[in-house]
This record gives sequence, structure tokens and C-alpha cells, in this order.
Amino acid sequence: MSSFFLSAATLWQRELVRFWRQKSRILGVVASPLVFWLVIGYGSNDLARFYSGALVLTVMFSAIFSNISIIEDRREGFLLSMLVSPAPRTSLVLGKILGSATLAWIQGLIFLAFAPLAGVSISLFELLPVVAAIFLVSFTLTGMGFVLAWKMESTAGFHAIMNLLLVPMWMVSGALFPMATAHGWIRAIMWVNPLTYSIALLDHTLRLRNAAPGGVESLVVTAAVGVALLLVSGVMAARKSTRSAA
Amino acid sequence: MIQVQNLSHRYGDRVALHGVTFEVGKGEIFGLLGPNGGGKSTLFRILSTMMVPTEGTATIAGIDVARDPASVRRQVGVVFQTQSLDKALTVEENLRAQGHLHGLSGATLRERMDFAMQRLGIADRRRDLVETLSGGLRRRVEIAKALLHRPQVLLMDEASTGLDPAARREVSRHVEDLRREEGVTILLTTHILEEADRCDRLILLHQGNVVADGTPRELRARIGGDVVVLEAAAPEPLAAKIRDRFHASVTAIENHVRVEIPNGHRFITEVVEAFPGEIDSVGLHKPTLEDVFVNLTGASFDE
Repeated sequence: MSSFFLSAATLWQRELVRFWRQKSRILGVVASPLVFWLVIGYGSNDLARFYSGALVLTVMFSAIFSNISIIEDRREGFLLSMLVSPAPRTSLVLGKILGSATLAWIQGLIFLAFAPLAGVSISLFELLPVVAAIFLVSFTLTGMGFVLAWKMESTAGFHAIMNLLLVPMWMVSGALFPMATAHGWIRAIMWVNPLTYSIALLDHTLRLRNAAPGGVESLVVTAAVGVALLLVSGVMAARKSTRSAA
Repeated sequence: MIQVQNLSHRYGDRVALHGVTFEVGKGEIFGLLGPNGGGKSTLFRILSTMMVPTEGTATIAGIDVARDPASVRRQVGVVFQTQSLDKALTVEENLRAQGHLHGLSGATLRERMDFAMQRLGIADRRRDLVETLSGGLRRRVEIAKALLHRPQVLLMDEASTGLDPAARREVSRHVEDLRREEGVTILLTTHILEEADRCDRLILLHQGNVVADGTPRELRARIGGDVVVLEAAAPEPLAAKIRDRFHASVTAIENHVRVEIPNGHRFITEVVEAFPGEIDSVGLHKPTLEDVFVNLTGASFDE
């Protein structure tokens, strides 16, 4: 059991060390959602309305970038030797997802520093649930990135997924328009979209308005999706195959 | 130490390995030689537990690679053709992470890291980022990394591809030392003849089949005599004529005619006189493993 956690911890640490040595990545991930948020927020004169959505976008970008590295890492990189080590695949998945989630979380926290602009004023005590919520959302989105990336042969495929699936998912998550006024079928998509609950969860903890699903509901759905994706990732990575793992 | 029995593998409809059987003894340096696409990589992936074969069995230290990959992984060190180091980390950090994946930690891990780095002569670069190292040094770090858990078997995939001859010799020397001083069994895949020549025994793989096995000397002795290579504008007709007249083993490949014959020097004078103007250049050499390959498959080695 201890070797399970040792493997997971070493991968988690590796993600952090790499991140620290490539600090410019922070700028790339935080900058575009920030610009987007400021433009649309000032443009519509409602920064608060778009804040949680932009924060989730930051976290999503970070989660995606971390998982793109799985594809390269497996062909030519550290993941290759992990695949032939006796460490359980599930511990590698846990370490990789927790590591990437931590990076996404750090970038989410950087974005959180701009919350006062959105008119958020909460006590230090109220900040704890926010910080926890950002971590949960990071974890869930990283799990989603992992599941999508694991089967991918090339990074080009992953970019296609990002443009055709993840960005549209974000667009119909309440980030741009509220669920209440959405047309029937769009509303149905929003209702099953896990990102809707991520954004609602942040809105609730930040005490912002416009959250369609309730607080408890958002928390339960986000956590359940995150755990489910972690399990799927573990099963996928542990499966033996007549096709090469790398 | 390694037993492969009737191993076959298909990717969809394509057959990559066709009933391959061989054995590797303890402390041997064993080579899988063949051109790219011959089945070496498939065999390597199966032995290194990256995938399970569609038919047949392979065991390492008596353990089935498909049934119990986790136990095999404890006995085997793997050196990949592509880089498996994290370039953003230092040599030491890479080794430490690998040690953790093998459940090593604390004083044991430190001791193993020191040993492996010393062994491969990279101790003075331990704090350098991998991206600052040369290709040859990176290879040695890869090998050090594969040795941390004291494997009985080292699997190396095209370990010297992309290295200059000096770096290649250096890597070979380290591999030789490992076998001699640590008794490690080494299986390597290669398409470099010079490297194959340094193996104790090897098999030749072509289109998923074992076309020959033995020591490099035994394999070369199959040809006997000399090999004469003639360059010609029209190799096919020339080959046919030589076959008729000299009753030798003749192969036409691209713009060359390859003749295996005893007393090659005498043959040269005769063939040049017999077919004036048809031969552009002439070369004579003792049989190499490439000649053995060509003799057995009729195919060129550098496809």
C-alpha cells in the first residue's frame, strides 16, 4: 500500500516541479480567460455575471494542457518507463490526475485574486469553501481530460476534441447565458452538462447570483462526476491489451 | 532466463510476428537483428509487458509476461528507443522518481542511485538537467535508470540508434561490463550490424519470422568463402548469366549483384573478362551478417 502512495506522490511532485520550471505556462493559461472575462464583463457592464465561467475556463485550459502531455509523454517521455514499472497503473493515474489538478487549482487561485473586480467580497472564513470548490472543479475537469487523452494517438486529435467538445460544452454551461432563459433543447444539454454544475458551485461559494442548479446539487454532481472519471481512468489504464500501451 | 515459444502477434489483419521461438540463457547478450518492420519492436513490446501477444507464450525468469506483468516488471529493466527521461528534471530527479515507482526509498534508493550512476559514469552530471546532456549521456542515464531495481534482465530497444559511433561504442562497453560484472542477461534489438556482431547469440527476424539463429560466427560461416558485390546497370540479366556460368549463389538487389563464392579473387578476374562493359564496379569482402540476411531472405537489409 505504501508503494502505491509513493508512486502516486512522486508523479504528483513531478508535475509540480515541471510546472515550477516552466512558469510561463501560468501566464498562457490565465491570460486568455482573463482578457475574455474583462472584455465581455466590461462590455456588458456585468463582470460578476461572467466571473465563475471565466474561472472554470482557466481551470479547464490548465487541465487540458496537462493532459495533452500524456499523449506525448507516453510515446516519448517519462510515462513510457512508468508503464513498464511494477507500480500499479491506478497509482500512476491517481498521481497524474492529482498533480494536474493541483496545477489547475493553482491557476484557478491566481484567477481568484481578481474576484474583487467582480464585486465579490467575502470573509476569510468564507474563502475556504471557495478554495475547496476550485480544487474539486479542477479535479473533475482533469479527470475528464485524462479520459479523453488516454486513448488519443496524437495531440492533433486532442485539439479537435477540445474545439468540438470542450469549448462548446463550456459555452452551454451557464458561462455565457443562464439556464432559465435558454431554449428547450439547449436547456436540456445544460442540464446534463457537468460544467453547468461546476460554474454553479463556484457561483454559490462566491455568493454570486445566476446559479441555476442549487448549491448541494452542484456539489454532489461535481464530486460524483469527478470520482466516476477517476474510476474510469483507472480502469482504462489498467486494462491489458494486444495493442501497445505506447 | 528468457523463453519465447511460438509467439505470434497480429495488429488487425497484419501479422507482425509469426510463431517465433527462442531461448536466452542467464548472462547472455542476445540480439534481435532485422530491418525495420521485421518484428523486433513487436517482440520487444511483448517482452517488456507493454502489450499481450495474440498467440503463444513468453516467460522471463520463469514468469509469463502476459499473465503476470507486474512480477515480470520487477525482474526486468527496460531501455527504450525513444527517450523515457523527463527533460525538465535533473539526472538525479529522474532516477529518484523511477526508484519510487519501484517502491525504493530512503537509504536503499540513495545507494542504488549512487551505484547506477557510478556504473554508467554519470555521477558528475547528477545535478544537471537532462535537456543539457548529449545523446550518448542521456542513453547512459536511461540505462542507469533501468538498473535501479537490480533487474536480472535488461531489455534494450535500438539502444544505440541515433548515437555517433564513439558514443555507441561507449554504450556497448557499459553493457558488456554489466553482463560480466553483474551477470545481467541482456536482450537487445538492433538493425546495426556492428552492434549485432558483438552479441553472444542472435536471431535474424524478417517479416515476423526467425530466418536464422546462432552466434555471429556461426551465422557468417553459413556463407563460407567470400562475397563479391558487382555494381551493374542491368543487374537482373547479369545475375542470371553468372548463375549459369559459375553455379554460385547469386542475388540481384537494386543495382547490385551479390555473389557468394569460394576464392572470390579468382572469380573477379573471370567475371570481369566474361562480361566486359556490364560491370561498373567490383568489391570483395568476408561474409557479414548483412550477407547472411540477404542470402536467407533475398531482400535488401536497408529497406
